[in-house]
Amino acid sequence: MIFRDRIAATKPLVFILCLLPLAHLTWSALHGSLGPDPVAQLEHRSGDWALRLLLATLAITPLRRFSGWHPAIRFRRMLGLFAFVYACLHLTIYVVIDLGGFWSQLFGEIAKRPYITLGFAAWLLLVPLAATSTQRMMRRLGRHWQRLHRLAYLAALFGVLHYVWLVKADHREPALYLGIWSALMLARWPRRARYARGSGAAMAPVRN
Amino acid sequence: MTRSVPPVSPSVSITPQAVYHNRRTILKLLGLGAAALATGCTSQAAPPVPVPETPRRAGTLAVSRRTDDAGGEAQTPYPDATQYNNFYEFGTGKSDPATNSSRFKPRPWSLEIAGHAEKTGRFALEDILAGQPLEERIYRMRCVEAWSMVIPWLGFPLANLLKRFAPTSRAKYVAFTTADRPAQMPGLADRILDWPYREGLRLDEAMHPLTLLVVGMYGRELPNQNGAPLRLVVPWKYGFKGIKSIARIEFTEQQPRTAWNVAAPGEYGFYANVNPAVDHPRWSQQTERRIAGTGFNLFGNRITTQPFNGYAEQVAHLYAGMDLRKYF
Repeated sequence: MIFRDRIAATKPLVFILCLLPLAHLTWSALHGSLGPDPVAQLEHRSGDWALRLLLATLAITPLRRFSGWHPAIRFRRMLGLFAFVYACLHLTIYVVIDLGGFWSQLFGEIAKRPYITLGFAAWLLLVPLAATSTQRMMRRLGRHWQRLHRLAYLAALFGVLHYVWLVKADHREPALYLGIWSALMLARWPRRARYARGSGAAMAPVRN
Repeated sequence: MTRSVPPVSPSVSITPQAVYHNRRTILKLLGLGAAALATGCTSQAAPPVPVPETPRRAGTLAVSRRTDDAGGEAQTPYPDATQYNNFYEFGTGKSDPATNSSRFKPRPWSLEIAGHAEKTGRFALEDILAGQPLEERIYRMRCVEAWSMVIPWLGFPLANLLKRFAPTSRAKYVAFTTADRPAQMPGLADRILDWPYREGLRLDEAMHPLTLLVVGMYGRELPNQNGAPLRLVVPWKYGFKGIKSIARIEFTEQQPRTAWNVAAPGEYGFYANVNPAVDHPRWSQQTERRIAGTGFNLFGNRITTQPFNGYAEQVAHLYAGMDLRKYF
């Protein structure tokens, strides 16, 4: 048996699952099956997956709490890093392919368009989280690590609002994401209050 | 009850010389040229008939005149223009209209004419179109969402129709209303907009020769998702002004309420002229993504947006002295 345990054996599978949307997107782009406005499709789908994976990352804690399946924590870093990968892809597609040749417009867009400002801020917030996701950084930052990584809540909120704000009139889908984000926040709220009363020991980063 | 439509005035009904000289174009558009070639019935000297990009089939329309008002820019392929639409009555996704509009019945159709005109009432579409030569106009179409297409429309100047009802001096605006058929338009179940969809033009905009009442595109009848059987095309304005499946036209004295303006007055003005200098509050209107051409099209689609969508020479005078930031 090359894997330590069942969770370690499942990880490569989750890794491949997380890569599937990217593979599908690449295949569709190369085969011209993204429809009449392929650039918009690339933007929307990469953004969708960044948000979904970020929300999935935030769902780990409530999942452990309600199901009691604590090993779920060992998938969290991978999900979070894939959220970052898709967010980077999303930003790259916007800057390189969509704005292609009109880069002078970029800074104006980031500064003037609230939804682009928020989207960019969400990505910026994810950068330090990805940078400090290693075992070594976790150890070095100690209890600060947990505090820093709460930025993920804000990044997800910004990401969802970025979506809400860009829609013209039909707000049902972004509202669903906002609902999920709110539910995930509510699901951890009482726990947090309990921790605040008790010792901080339970907040220490989990090693996986 | 449908009444008979006022007759087309003689100046419109006589065959213009251009029609005679363009009879070859007419034949081509009818698909007869291709048929003649296939059967070997043309002389060797005849210029080759270009193979149409879109298959000819029932619903092909005859055209009296063809004008390229898009400066020779590459056209949007037919599948893109008919599968990437904003027609919220059939859903808000871009492919929803093509998917959900099959139950919509564009025939029989009648058009109600109301308001400040000498002749009003309900008229059968056949009477509206009778004696009205169709022309093909290739226009740029700029969506407020910052993408654009180049589309060969088939129709006739709206002015030709409006004149027949003799608007009175009190008519200052023209208000349009889309059909309201919840059984055939599933999107109406969602109150995304204050249905039915409404649009409007100032009378001089409506009478401008570029303003087209459209019954077809790419040489054939309008598909449901593009606004069958009758829609408006105002090439210097954002696409949402081009109201689809028109059921009612009213001459009004006051500026009519329009669907998007009612939904978000700060974002969509009544005029909605294409203007790269006035941004949508949430996004830039300086550039646009052009959906045109074929093949691998991931790069280089972004182009600069032109004032009045490139029709400034023809229409800018309509807005002389107006603050276009205020009247956006």
